[in-house]
This record gives sequence, C-alpha cells and structure tokens, in this order.
Amino acid sequence: MMSPMDHPTPPVSPIFGRLTIDSLPLHEPIVLVTVVVIAIGGLALLALITKYRVWGVLWHDWLTSVDHKKIGIMYIILGLVMFVRGFSDALMMRAQQAMAFGGNHGYLPPDHYNQIFTAHGVIMIFFVAMPLVAGLMNFVVPLQIGARDVSFPYLNNVSFWMTAAGAAITMISLFVGNYARTGWLAMPPLSGVVASPDVGVDYYIWGLQIAGIGTLLSGVNLIATIVKMRAPGMTLMKMPIFCWTALCTNTLIVAAFPVLTAVLALLSLDRYVGMQFFTNGLGGNPMMYVNLIWIWGHPEVYILILPAFGVYSEIVATFSSKRIFGYTSMVYATVVITILAYLVWLHHFFTMGSGASVNSFFAITTMIISIPTGAKIFNWLFTMYRGRIRFELPMMWTVAFMLTFVIGGMTGVLLAVPPADFVLHNSLFLVAHFHNVIIGGTLFGMFAGINYWWPKAFGFKLDRVWGKRSFWLWVSGFWCAFAPLYALGLMGVTRRLSHFDDTTYQPFFIVAGFGALLIAGGIACLAVQIVVSIRNREALRDVTGDPWGGRTLEWSTSSPPPDYNFAFTPVVYDNDAWWDMKQRGAVRPTTGFRAIHMPKNTGTGVFLAALSVAFGFAMIWYVWWLAAVSLVGLFAVTIGHSFFYKRDFHIPVEDVERIENARTRQLAAEGVAA
Amino acid sequence: MNAQTHEDFGGATPVFYDLDEHDHPAGGSTALGFWMYLMSDCLIFAILFACYAVLGHSYGGGPGPKQLFELPLVALNTAMLLLSSLTYGFAMLALERKGASVRAVQGWLILTGLFGLAFLCIELYEFSHLIAEGAGPQRSAFLSAFFTLVGTHGLHVTFGLIWLATLVVQLETHGIGPDNKRRLMCLGMFWHFLDVIWIGVFTIVYLMGVLA
Amino acid sequence: MGAAPRSAYLRSMPTPLPSRSMRRSIALLAVPALVSGCSAVVLNPAGDVAAQQGDLVILATALLLLIIVPVMVLIALFAWRYRQANTKATYTPEWHHSTALELVIWSAPLLIIICLGAVTWTSTHLLDPYRPIGRIDAKRAISAAAKPLRVQVVALDWKWLFIYPDYGIATVNELAAPLDRPIAFELTASSVMNSFYVPNLAGQIYAMPGMTTKLNAIVNRPGNFTGFSSNFSGEGFSGMHFRFHAVPAQDFDSWVRRIRTGGGTLDRARYLTLAKPSADTPVMRFAGVAPGLFDAAANRCVAPGETCMRDMMMADAGSKHAMAMSAMPMSKPAGPIEASTTTAKNSADDTARLTGAGLSMPGAQRTN
Repeated sequence: MMSPMDHPTPPVSPIFGRLTIDSLPLHEPIVLVTVVVIAIGGLALLALITKYRVWGVLWHDWLTSVDHKKIGIMYIILGLVMFVRGFSDALMMRAQQAMAFGGNHGYLPPDHYNQIFTAHGVIMIFFVAMPLVAGLMNFVVPLQIGARDVSFPYLNNVSFWMTAAGAAITMISLFVGNYARTGWLAMPPLSGVVASPDVGVDYYIWGLQIAGIGTLLSGVNLIATIVKMRAPGMTLMKMPIFCWTALCTNTLIVAAFPVLTAVLALLSLDRYVGMQFFTNGLGGNPMMYVNLIWIWGHPEVYILILPAFGVYSEIVATFSSKRIFGYTSMVYATVVITILAYLVWLHHFFTMGSGASVNSFFAITTMIISIPTGAKIFNWLFTMYRGRIRFELPMMWTVAFMLTFVIGGMTGVLLAVPPADFVLHNSLFLVAHFHNVIIGGTLFGMFAGINYWWPKAFGFKLDRVWGKRSFWLWVSGFWCAFAPLYALGLMGVTRRLSHFDDTTYQPFFIVAGFGALLIAGGIACLAVQIVVSIRNREALRDVTGDPWGGRTLEWSTSSPPPDYNFAFTPVVYDNDAWWDMKQRGAVRPTTGFRAIHMPKNTGTGVFLAALSVAFGFAMIWYVWWLAAVSLVGLFAVTIGHSFFYKRDFHIPVEDVERIENARTRQLAAEGVAA
Repeated sequence: MNAQTHEDFGGATPVFYDLDEHDHPAGGSTALGFWMYLMSDCLIFAILFACYAVLGHSYGGGPGPKQLFELPLVALNTAMLLLSSLTYGFAMLALERKGASVRAVQGWLILTGLFGLAFLCIELYEFSHLIAEGAGPQRSAFLSAFFTLVGTHGLHVTFGLIWLATLVVQLETHGIGPDNKRRLMCLGMFWHFLDVIWIGVFTIVYLMGVLA
Repeated sequence: MGAAPRSAYLRSMPTPLPSRSMRRSIALLAVPALVSGCSAVVLNPAGDVAAQQGDLVILATALLLLIIVPVMVLIALFAWRYRQANTKATYTPEWHHSTALELVIWSAPLLIIICLGAVTWTSTHLLDPYRPIGRIDAKRAISAAAKPLRVQVVALDWKWLFIYPDYGIATVNELAAPLDRPIAFELTASSVMNSFYVPNLAGQIYAMPGMTTKLNAIVNRPGNFTGFSSNFSGEGFSGMHFRFHAVPAQDFDSWVRRIRTGGGTLDRARYLTLAKPSADTPVMRFAGVAPGLFDAAANRCVAPGETCMRDMMMADAGSKHAMAMSAMPMSKPAGPIEASTTTAKNSADDTARLTGAGLSMPGAQRTN
C-alpha cells in the first residue's frame, strides 16, 4: 500500500520551500508569452492609474468602500476580468480538440491541456459565475428592499476581498508552478498526494478555501439583510422575486459552502499531514469525497441559476409592462427548488454502481425539480401573455434564455434517467448540457441583468447597437459551439480528451471551434458596447432614475443612487412597490431632510485579503515561515480591527439637502413629475 | 390567498415615505447573523461526524477506540469544558447586573479561559500520548477522522480563547457598553455551541467507542 | 443501418411508445446537427443492453418534447404577438393570477414526470449493470444453460488489463467476446478512478481502486469497436483506449487458442511492472495468469508483504485481531498474509440489490 510516507518528496528549502527557478514557466513558450502579455498589460494599467492620479480615488472610494453598490460593481468587474481568462482557456481547448486527430497531436501536451480544462471549470464557476451573481445580488437587493446598505457592511467588503484573493491565488498558478490536472472537482485518489504530488492541487485547494470564506460570509450577510432590513410594509410575500431568489440562493450558500470547506480541508489533511480520509490504503475511502463534494456541488448549480431566474422575473414583468404572473407559485417554486437541491447529488455518479433502488430514488428527485422549474417557465410565459413587450436588450436576453434553457433542462432530465446516463455520463453530451444551462441560464441572466441595471449603477444606458451585435453573436455562437457537442456525445465521445484517433469526429469539433470564435466576437462586442456607451454617456443619459418603466424600489431613487440610497425610506403597500407608487401619485419629498447614519469605509478587508494570499501561497509552496508570519498577521489585523469601536458616521443634513435638491432641479428640468 | 391585493385606505393617499425616521441602532442583525454563522459551522462538524461515522470502524488493521481511549481522562476533560460554560454564564450574569463591575465580568471570563486552557492541555496530552503510542492521525482512516473531529473542536476552543482574551482587554479599554455586551453575547453563543458539539463528541466518539 | 429490429422490447415496456421510425425522426429532430443516425453509436449500438439504453434516451426525449415543443412555440408566439408595436393585441397590465392556469402549469410537467418516473424506476432496475443478462436480444430469450463469459477488468495507469479466469489468459488493451453470449465483467482499478465504457456494448461503470464493480452485457453484432475510460484519470488518459472484438463463437475460441499458444505469463511481478504508469500502451497477450491476481489487485496486495484490504477489514471487525496488530503501529504487518485464491462471490448481494423493485431476477438459479 502506498502512503505519502513512502513517496519520495523533493527537498524543501527552509527559506523558499518548494520554490525553485524551475517553478517559473521559462521553458513553456505559450505560458511565457501569456505571462509577459499579462505583465505588460498590468504595468500599463498601473501606469495609467498613476498618470491620471486616481490612486487616491481608487483607494478611498472603491477598494476600501463598504457601500454595497460599489462592492457589487467590483464583484462584477472581477467576474468579467476572470471571464477573459476562463474564456481564453476555452478557446485553447477548442483549438486543441479541433486539430488533434490521428497523427496530429495538437499544440498542447496533455500536461498543459489537463491544467487548462481544470482551470477553465474552476474559474468559470468560482471566479466568474459566483462573482457575477454575488455582484448583482449585492448591488440590487438592498435597493429593492428599500435599505441603505447590507446588515454587515464591513463584512461585505471582507467577503469581496476574500473572493478576489482566491482568484489571485488561482491566477498566480499561471506564473509560478502549475495548476491542478484533475478536473474541476479534484477527485481523489487522482488529487491525492501520490498521484498529484506537486503544487497544482494545492493551488486549487487554497484558492477555493479562501474564496469560500468570502462566499459564506456574503451569504450570511445577505440573508440577514433580507430578513432584517426590508422597508416598512414589505412583508416576505411582497418582496420582489429577485429578492426571493437571492434569499434562497444565500440560504443554499450558507448550507452548502461549509461542506466544501470541510471536504477540501480533509483533502488538505490527506495531502499535508498524510491522513487517510480519501487514500487507497489503511481504511481511506475516495467515494466519500465524491459524495461530499457533490453534496456541495449540486446546491452550487442552483446557487448559480436561482439569481438568474430572479433577474428574468424582474425583466419579463418590466418589459411586458405587466405584473408578474403567479407571484405566489413563483415563490413556492423557488423554495421547492432550494430544498430539493439537497436531495439529488447522487445523480452525478449513477455509474458508481450504487444499485438500482438508490439510483432510481435520486433520479426521481432530480426529475421532480423540473416541475417547479417548468412552472417558472410557464409563469414567465404568461407574464408575456397580453403584455406590451418592449424588446430592449434585457428582454432579448430573457427570450433567448427561455428558448435555450428549455433544451438544457430537457437534456438534464434525460441525463437524470440512470440507464440513459450510463451511456451519456462524462460524454460531450453532458458537457453540452451543463454549458447549455450555465451559459443559457446563468450567463444570459447576468448579461440581461447587467444591461438592465447598468443605467441604475451609472446613470446612462448601454449602447443598443453593440449590445445587439453581442447578443446575436453570443446566441448563435452558443448553439454553434454546443450543438456539435450534443451530437458527439451521442456518438460516444467522452470528455477531457486531448487527442482522438477517429477522424470522423473532426468536422464536429471544427464547427464547435467556429462557435467558440463567434462567442469571442460576442465578448468583443460586449467590451466595445461598454466603451462606446461610456463615450456616448451624455447621449445615453437617464436623469429620471427610471429608464425602463420599472416596478420595484430601486427605480424610485436617482441613477446612480446616492451613497445613502434613499433620502427617506419608502413605505411599501404592494409587490410592485414603485409601480404602485407611480400609479397612486406618490410625491417625492423635497424638504425635511435629515442627517443619515452610515457605516465608515475600512481598509481592513484589503489587508486581510493580501495576508490571505501570502498565507495561501506559503502553504502551497511549503514556505512555512511565511505561512506562520501571515497567519499571525491575519490574527493581528482582525483583532486590531476589533479595537475600532467608532465605525459609523452621519452624512450631514446639508450634504443630503444638496444632493436631493440637485435631483429635484434635474427632474424639474426634464419635466418629470415626482 | 392573494399576495397582491391593495390595502384599502378609504380614498386617502397613503404615506409612501417614512418622513420621521431615526437612526437604527447598530448591530440589530448581529444575533441573527451570528446564529447563521454558528449553523454553518455546525454543518462543518456535521460533515466531520459523518466522516467519523463512515470511517470510524476502518482501523486499517491498527488499534481501535477500545485500546486507545481512556474514559477517566476524557471525563475530566469534559468536566473542564462544562465548568467553563458555567463560569461563562456567571460572567454574563455579572454583565447584566445593575451597575455591573468590569472587574467581576473580567474575573469570570478569566476563570472561563483557565478552564478552557485546561481542556486544551488535557486534549493535547491525549493527542501526544496517542501519537507516541503510534496511533497518530496517519495510522488509519479511523484515527484520521478522530483527530480531525476532536482537533477541529480543539481549534475552535483555541480561537475562542484568543477571542476571550481580546474581550478581556477590550472590557478594560472600553468598559461595558452596548458594543462589548453584544460581543460578549456572541462569544457566549460560540462558547456554549462548542460545549454542545463536545457533548456529541464525548457521546459518539468516546462513550460509544469504548462501551459499544 | 444494421440495427436489429427491437419490437419485442417495445412490447415489454410499460408505456406505449410511438413507432420505431417515428421515434427515430423525433431523435433527429432533437439533434439537428446529427447528420446520420448511423454514426450516433449511442442510439444504434451493437449490444442489446446499450440498445435498450439508447432506446430509453429516445423515449425520454420524446416524452419531454411533448412539453418542450409547445412551450417553445408559445414563447415565440407570445413574444411576437404581444410585441409593443402590435397595439391590436389585448393588454391586461394588472392580470396576474388564474387558478385554472396555475393548475395546468403545475400539473402538465407533473404528469410528464410521473410517466418518466415510472419508466425510470422500471428501466433502472431492468438495466442495472449488476443484473445478469436476461435475454440475447429483443427477439431471442436466453437459454438457461448459457454460461456467461467472465472477464475481470483492471484499470491501470493508463491501460486496460483483461483477465479471462475461465480460460486462464489475459490481454492488455484488447478485449474479445463471442456474439450472443452474456459477458459478466468484474472491475477494479490499480490507483485512480476510471470508467469502463464500450459504447457499442453497454453503458459504463466505474472501475475504482480497492473496490469491485460489476457490469453485465451482451453483444449481438460482429465488429471491431472502441472502448475507453470515460472518467479522467491523469496524464495518459487520452490514450487509454482499447479495441473490442465482437466475433462469432468459433472465432473467439481460436482467438483464445492463439493466445494460449503465444506464451508469456502474467505473474505478480509482471503485473507490478505493468501497473507502472505508461501511456499509449500497445496490445499485450498472456497465455497464463497468476491465480487470484484480480482478487489481489482489487484488495491491493499484489506486491509481496502487503496486507489485503479484505483481511484488514476482517481484522478491524474482530477487535482481538486488532489488538494484536496495534502492537506494531505505523508499520506494515511483517508477515505476508497469503492472498486468497478464490474469488469471493457475494451472491447475497446480487439478489439483495433488486428487492426494492419487486422484480424477479432472471437466471437467479444460474448464479447460485
């Protein structure tokens, strides 16, 4: 029996740990070029910040901000930046798979290719989808419930920076050492110290552990916010659907992420201490890891999709100029999905041989989830029914989602039938399925949400022409890239292969690669859309704060909202609170302002994140002294922070009056009442 | 049931803005937030208990609970932790008393800390003893699960002690204010929570391991 | 298209199905990119088990399309009809509830799922990989005397070892089986998890270190098919495939004879060399196999001096044994414990797996 004890370990220097000059990618041209390009880009960015003297603004107004709106925006920026990395990985994989047939082994050796698909999965889930979702929830939820910030604003800042620290550690693996070559869930024994002795899996573990702390704290924060800080009159059953989905998502986060933390900690103990949880010998049980990671992993997919469902619910009602159909059943559907999310994890490994009765149980619970999901689709459908649909960009994404997601849902139910799963499991059909629901569900939802709430965040709309170009390239690119994968799955092609013998598959992979190029075009158009919109911001300006004819409270305040969100807390009587206020002629108060109590900014989150990166890096490379120093530093900063008792201040009444009077004048100039 | 009925105001325009708003007291959500954190922590322990349940009989041909655990020592350890919870309760009582004295609260807290420290020392003694016997965490899946479950609890007690020491100092510097009261309440929940977890550890790991 | 007609299978299914040709056209509708049904091996495989699984894919798709197609049509229709420019369309901004409609919304997916759930429950039990083969194909029942071909599979880094215990031969990256005879695979792995999958033969099953899984299959159409690992297992994963030769019985016998006369023995030392990581390993054939090799591989005690997992677990179950072992901690037990040479047959397990479904076990008397 092999145990870590028998495994020859390379020498560990007391100063540099496992780090040597060979840890740098000097002999890998592709990586080296990437590193150089990123380094030049980063230096250029730093130079620009210095040249335009925005370091102060950046630090005081953004990095140390506890304002939920700014934190939300920073989450989204993080998500979009990491998206570029994750998508580059996707392009490289598509290129490799389109060319590596027969005698041609492509341009990526297995060692590199295996890192790429692992990094692609991890980055897209943890550092793209999660930050985008967390960003939208952070930005929108307090505004929708009529609150001035979240329950724990300082913690919110820490959460963001922990997520960023996790992303940083994952990115460092590109420059120093290598990333895991295990697939995005790092299943042992492959991820154990015997099969993966080097730093790759350790990068994986520490990147996720540190980001996971941020996610968990953010989950606690948003639940407390939704439960405790709703505007007067907003009962739970009067909350906007997006807040409901946010509540359910964060409940899932709080109840699922500890499982991930625990299971990764156990894997670390196996790797670092030589314990026997998931090893092959002395009683270890790798199947336990598979179960535990999916007990987190399945709720995770609902963590990603529920907020997107919330976004669509808001958009479909707003742009159909109509109340959401079946609010109550929508809420119950969301809650049912939340609960069932914990009862289906085994469907990820029917092929482990669990036995027919166990498999059937999990198959049927999985199928049951499609009932509330189907009900939601119908609710959106009947919200459109007898509406007046305006096909603005958010609504276009929503319709594209509905048409795309039903196919992804169908193939999901198909995979939930165990005998069908036996022939499709781990195939490209599966890959097509989960991209179909994650891109067609979550990502389309995030694009819809960004287009929808952008004017709220910045005071001007996004450019329509480039938005439409991005939309059509994305939607057609998606189908072009993943329809061939469905077909290949039915041809019995499995995933994660870097080379194929059978050349009949090649045309399919070339089409898929072309689809990825179309998506690249869509991403480019999105970038252009943002740049063009910022340039033309005066033409796209909206001073009303309500550019779409909104229904919920975030549209009742100015765009961008003031730091305090609402000069006076709104009182709610109806589900569509702002719509109701408009209908019944609510008048915005223009006098009687008061000083507003707000939390102070703090740099502690940034310091904690920096120390966490140092700690993670030290643990990955066995630089024990640095690990000890940074751990002590983490404690010192945390304890030091707890000695600041005065964490709040009042925005003086003069400031509030100045801001609100400016808005009054602006509204009057535009000829808008209220 | 219809969630969307308008409330009837008899024709009068309802109040749409709260014009007479006052500052919300800080920390209104702290208890709820901390409870949620505790429940998520509880889930970590649930996973560790589950691992222990799955792996608790995989001795890898090595020693099992009957050969390893000494109940009298564990009973002493349990007593230390339970006593520390009791003294923490006294600290909270001293805090709530009218004209509470900082010294009294600090005294009880320090006593709590000493009991906690005693608990940790006994646990470390037990661990070192096991490792010296060759029953370290690497020996078998059972021992991995045992050391991790008990060790994670011990790690929590360690964090609790650091927190407790910080609060003793902060009572000195800032006295008994609403902030410190809230912090002491949170630490109290944390401390008693660790007690509850320990009852589970004591029952499932030690008692059931030795007596079953 | 060499698909054997499978109408008898249709009769055995609990739910009425559309005709074969209609189902095929539905399948093509579902996957527009599919140029030819022939290349989609999952829907048109050579073995009866895979064929039933493929049929289930089509059946489930058809059932789901019953609701997906109307929904997609309605989305497009509503999006068009209620566009802002169409001022002639009815507009009811406050309409948001209809009990009757809600009832339909929830019950339509529910009905589909009830149907699919019933199909799932039966088919999962009927097509359980652990369940012995009950028929040759849709038209032919199996004779009670038919003895399955036993194949023991070890997933090594990164190649496949096949042991034929009834013939005393072993091959690497080459698998052969006679047509129309049940094949009973028993699988394990040497170091990491893999999944054994021959799309033309039957659905996949994991091969895991320290554990054994089972797969029952049958092949009805001759051919030279591909098989591979479908669970990522590391560096050499892409080259971890083999050929599966489905041949008439007499050809299979001569294949066995050829290997037997070819020489070479897979003893324990040879196995340990073979188990070392290597990629794109060429085919190997062995005329003899060390007794109990698969059992030792599954119990992780091929190398001299290693304690078999089974013995370790037995020791764990009896505390007396454990007490004796605890005297020598942190080291491997000194005396080699002889690996048992008989394969542990856990027939109780076989039957217990099916009790939940209330289905009888075909050929139960055969296995006992």
